[in-house]
Amino acid sequence: MSSLILILITGVGLGALYFLIASGLSLIYGLMHVLNFAHGAFLTAGAYAAWVVTPQLSGLGGWAFPVAVLVGMVTGALIGALVELLLIRPLYRRHIEQVLVTVGLGLMAVALFTGIWGPDPHPFPRPAWTTRTTTIGGAAIPNDRFLLIGAAGLLLIGLVLLLRHTRIGLIIRAGVENRTMVQALGIDVRRTFTLVFAIGGAAAALGGVLGSVYLGSVSPGQGTALLIYAFIVVVIGGFGSIGGTAIAALVVALVQQLANYYLYSGIGDVSVVLLLAAVLLIKPAGLTGRTA
Amino acid sequence: MTNLGQTLTDRAVAATGSQRRGTGPGRIRAVLIPLAVLVLLIFLPWLGFSIPGVLPGPVNSPGSLQLLALCLVTAGIALSYDVLFGRTGLLSFGHALFVGAGAYSAAIALGRWGAGIGVAVLLVLAVGITLPLIVGAISLRVKGIAFAMVTLAFAQAVAITVLRNPGGLTGGEEGLSLNRSRLPALLSGVVNAPYRYWLALAFCVFCVLLVSWLTAARTGHAWAAVRENEARVEVLGLSAYRAKLLAVVVGGFLGTLGGFIQLIIIGGANPHLLSTELTLSLLVMVVLGGSGSRWGPIIGGALYVLLDNRLQELSTSSTIAELPAALRIPLSQPVFVLGLLFILVVYFAPGGIAAISGRVRARWNSRVTDKAAAP
Repeated sequence: MSSLILILITGVGLGALYFLIASGLSLIYGLMHVLNFAHGAFLTAGAYAAWVVTPQLSGLGGWAFPVAVLVGMVTGALIGALVELLLIRPLYRRHIEQVLVTVGLGLMAVALFTGIWGPDPHPFPRPAWTTRTTTIGGAAIPNDRFLLIGAAGLLLIGLVLLLRHTRIGLIIRAGVENRTMVQALGIDVRRTFTLVFAIGGAAAALGGVLGSVYLGSVSPGQGTALLIYAFIVVVIGGFGSIGGTAIAALVVALVQQLANYYLYSGIGDVSVVLLLAAVLLIKPAGLTGRTA
Repeated sequence: MTNLGQTLTDRAVAATGSQRRGTGPGRIRAVLIPLAVLVLLIFLPWLGFSIPGVLPGPVNSPGSLQLLALCLVTAGIALSYDVLFGRTGLLSFGHALFVGAGAYSAAIALGRWGAGIGVAVLLVLAVGITLPLIVGAISLRVKGIAFAMVTLAFAQAVAITVLRNPGGLTGGEEGLSLNRSRLPALLSGVVNAPYRYWLALAFCVFCVLLVSWLTAARTGHAWAAVRENEARVEVLGLSAYRAKLLAVVVGGFLGTLGGFIQLIIIGGANPHLLSTELTLSLLVMVVLGGSGSRWGPIIGGALYVLLDNRLQELSTSSTIAELPAALRIPLSQPVFVLGLLFILVVYFAPGGIAAISGRVRARWNSRVTDKAAAP
């Protein structure tokens, strides 16, 4: 029983991590039809930024970790915005070229991180409280899971508020629905592109920092490894739908964790990947029914 | 009126990828230059000159021939990917599945079952036809990004399974080493590097001939039509699905064969052959060289391997070590340089290296005609 609780909460924590990465990907694809292969690089950049500044923040005591998270997020947001402004925007409406550029960026980023910090993982300075455990129903749950779940919950609430209750959110939602129509109404959708990239970059970077706390280390390939699962989440959840992405992240992570634990190690990963193929073949638009 | 007609003809030529078959010097040059290059490549193992900086030793040293063989087999695999990407307009993220399947099925047959080379070749041929047929038939039910994702899913599923080493069959992360005792003696050992080089050359030539032939035939016109406008193909009463399936089978078959040849050259099958990184690097090669063109993927594939290998060598040399960190770190990572080159090509040289030479020639020709027209 206690092991089931541990697996379930770890699964939800993993789902939270997937959501942090996938939410940005989903919005970017929904709005701009760009499958962003550089998203893993945003994540890794955020993780390394937090890792680099943490030793300088030792004077802040308990505040060092939140500040490091913030630095990581700002880094991710800046990189996301710059990538959109400098690299994606000039290739407006040439989707294949835009995807190719993000593929190139993703490859370059991993190589650059390897060049600067070496190919091996570095231990991440975790705050002491994240390494302790909390007992729920007889299961000792490491606190980093709750950190992930809390962060993803806040992001979900923030995004829903932004999308439902602000003018810019209205434009983003309308743009996902029908971009041509929004432009025909005299609204420049392109101005929201940079914002969406910045939000996606910040969310991915947050996922990168918290993922490093969860894994206990930073490494050049950690973003790319997670990116494939984020793609799966986005496709299953339906492009451009935040609610769908959140549900899909939970489903994917729980299926993966449960199958890996109860059936055979590795079978969870395979089943999730095959779930993607099945969903696409049965409902090409994803579970929430938006066009892919 | 003639202008409009010419424009339409040009557009049709560009769309179908068919060149006007002239009988002039251009046509002869298009046959003679590749033939000359081929003859040079065939006789390379007898030539002893060295190209400093490009090859590790004299051209006919085992090290150089090994690298050249790798270039040729990768060029063939890149061309097999371009059958999907450049000629039919299918973005697949699962091509590594076929390459890995070719390498692993042969390695398992030779190493685990102790089968002979004949059985291994038959197995590779069977896998090379059935696997793309199955994967293609299923994944082509969806289009665009969804197709890319389904192919990615299939490739990932197999890659994860192979990494887990089910029943000790695939060797997990270590991969499988090639059981050379089952190979013909000519294909193993350092002294026999020329034979492995010729094998790779034969594979590359086979890919070029098959793909050129299919591209010029009705099949190729159907592929080009699907790439340009799939709905129109359907309206004309042709089956776009069938054309695309054929492209996946041809590309997959050549990819599987390439995986098998690669196994013989590098002496083992490893999980990298099944990875998404391999598919992405194929995409980089094809775009770098010029997707959809006759020689682009070949040039891109060979250049990628050569640059990757040489930059690796360069990164440990003293010239690089003395540079400031801002230059030294990026230059010591071959993938960084290749990625940068790739992005530059996407921006500034659409059509890749193959198109650059064409553009230079066009400019040259127009200058010559200008001069001739001037009084």
